[in-house]
Amino acid sequence: MKPNGNRRLLVALCTLIYVFLMLPLVVVFPISLSSAPYMQFPPPGLSTQWYERYLDDPQWIDATVRSLYVGGATAVLALLLGVPLAFSLARGRYAGRIAVDRLALAPLIVPVIILSVGLYGLFAKLKLIGEWYGLVVAHTVLALPFVVLVMMAGLRDFDRALEQAAEGLGASRLQTLFRVTLPLLRPSLVSAGLLAFISSFDELVVALFLAGPNMTLPKKMFDNILMEIDPTIAAVSVMQIVLVSIVLVLIGRFGRGLQGSAR
Amino acid sequence: MASRSADLRVEGLVKRFGEVVALDGVSLDIASGELLTILGPSGSGKTTLLKVVAGFETPDAGSVRVDGTDITTLPPARRDIGMVFQNYALFPHLTVARNVAFPLEMRNVGKAEIERRVAEALELVELEGYGRRLPRQLSGGQQQRVALARAIVFNPRLLLLDEPFGALDRKLRETMQLEVRRLQRRLGLTTIFITHDQEEALVLSDRIAVMNKGSIEQVASTTEIYERPANDFVADFVGESNIFHGTVTEVGSVTLDSGRRLLIAHPASVGSRVGVLMRPERFGRGANSFNGEVKEAVYLGSSIKLRLACDAGMELIVRQPSGALPAIGSRISVGIEPESIHVF
Repeated sequence: MKPNGNRRLLVALCTLIYVFLMLPLVVVFPISLSSAPYMQFPPPGLSTQWYERYLDDPQWIDATVRSLYVGGATAVLALLLGVPLAFSLARGRYAGRIAVDRLALAPLIVPVIILSVGLYGLFAKLKLIGEWYGLVVAHTVLALPFVVLVMMAGLRDFDRALEQAAEGLGASRLQTLFRVTLPLLRPSLVSAGLLAFISSFDELVVALFLAGPNMTLPKKMFDNILMEIDPTIAAVSVMQIVLVSIVLVLIGRFGRGLQGSAR
Repeated sequence: MASRSADLRVEGLVKRFGEVVALDGVSLDIASGELLTILGPSGSGKTTLLKVVAGFETPDAGSVRVDGTDITTLPPARRDIGMVFQNYALFPHLTVARNVAFPLEMRNVGKAEIERRVAEALELVELEGYGRRLPRQLSGGQQQRVALARAIVFNPRLLLLDEPFGALDRKLRETMQLEVRRLQRRLGLTTIFITHDQEEALVLSDRIAVMNKGSIEQVASTTEIYERPANDFVADFVGESNIFHGTVTEVGSVTLDSGRRLLIAHPASVGSRVGVLMRPERFGRGANSFNGEVKEAVYLGSSIKLRLACDAGMELIVRQPSGALPAIGSRISVGIEPESIHVF
């Protein structure tokens, strides 16, 4: 074994993959600042006109705001459902626990398009098409696996002696939950919530089926590409990338991912 | 701190985990203000016993009484029992002061009162000025002391310590043992201490309960346990020992299974089967003498330890005052007085 040589090879390979994945940014970012009225690379000159067009267009802003609150509501709802579910899966001993576990993770496996068609049929009957809260419900289904996975990883590493200690010191079950268990799981909660937010904020397929005339940002981007291709889309992309990056940095700073489950 | 220590009475406790019988009819009485050590190898049921007393496990049979009140089914939060866990179980997200304040906050004690009592408790464990730190910023010994402060700050009726010093190095462990003893005496706190370390048990306890396979083998004072163990297990588990079995052939004399005759001071009746225990440090001169070949000789500083192969296949562990080590293979004689032989 030559650990040094292997390590260098690994670093080189990772760098290559990283550069390949980041390559589109190298194109998108300059184009968003292009002075040309059409997609052209490299851009002939610099201008902020596409950012201005985005900011001045109420449709874009409307879609952005909608995506933000749909994402926020999705995160809240997914946490409210996913956290208790993760507790029951990680700690419960009941018949059908395995089945519930698989069911909770099923949205990861079922193709989104299948899910969307199914939800479309159901939501049409319930008159939920075009309603933002209908979209929240659908996005929650997609976000639930992330919340459950992250929370279960957190719970698996949780030292239950701490809960026993709290109860022994006079805390009720509820006090133990809110004073000890949840505060200690805060990094997992942060990660789970933000992941749920991103999964909704970035989501296109379900939105195409269910959003109706009320655009979310990804749907507006999609429609925009179909109608007219101008560098506005690049400007929007850059802002979306920046926002998601900020969220990911927040997760890295205050949250915890799934790495704990491998320990 | 005003003490409101209680006495504890445990009766006929049985606890099974599937096929495994963790507690097999355990009964125990602990007087108010007493420190009792439960000593036993791992898997002897001692931790299960502690969990039943603390309320984390419900026994299949039997009862736990504190000051005569049955608390067998009371949830842990309402038992008023302080407990120190093996790995401290400090809340990592709370400062030292908030950790110690936790049981008081749960009891809705006033803010000023909490502050005063936390300071008092931290002073008691010599951690004044550490209140604002987080547990992970403290050493193992300091964390242990915080756990101790947290367990006593609310004037519990009982204090339970579950192998609290297992993770500490030897020197620190000895300091902490003395500290716990001092604190416990000062507060007059009824305390159960769990350990598998027989030396620790001897240092700390008023009385020792030796546990094995879910049952209590013997409960007695430290000297009693060491000098007059009730059976092979206790004799073997506590301290070094030479144990043999034999039959009393006449009053004051035992014939061991090896054929060797020993003079004893014990008035066992003729014909009874007995065990005899000879502690290694009791050898010197005496009416019973042994001649053996030195198989092993170890210098231990304050003493030397020898393994002798005697006649009829008997092997003896002997401790002698420090001095020159005899050569391996040489033959030496040692003796022991009948009064120094324990018969059980």
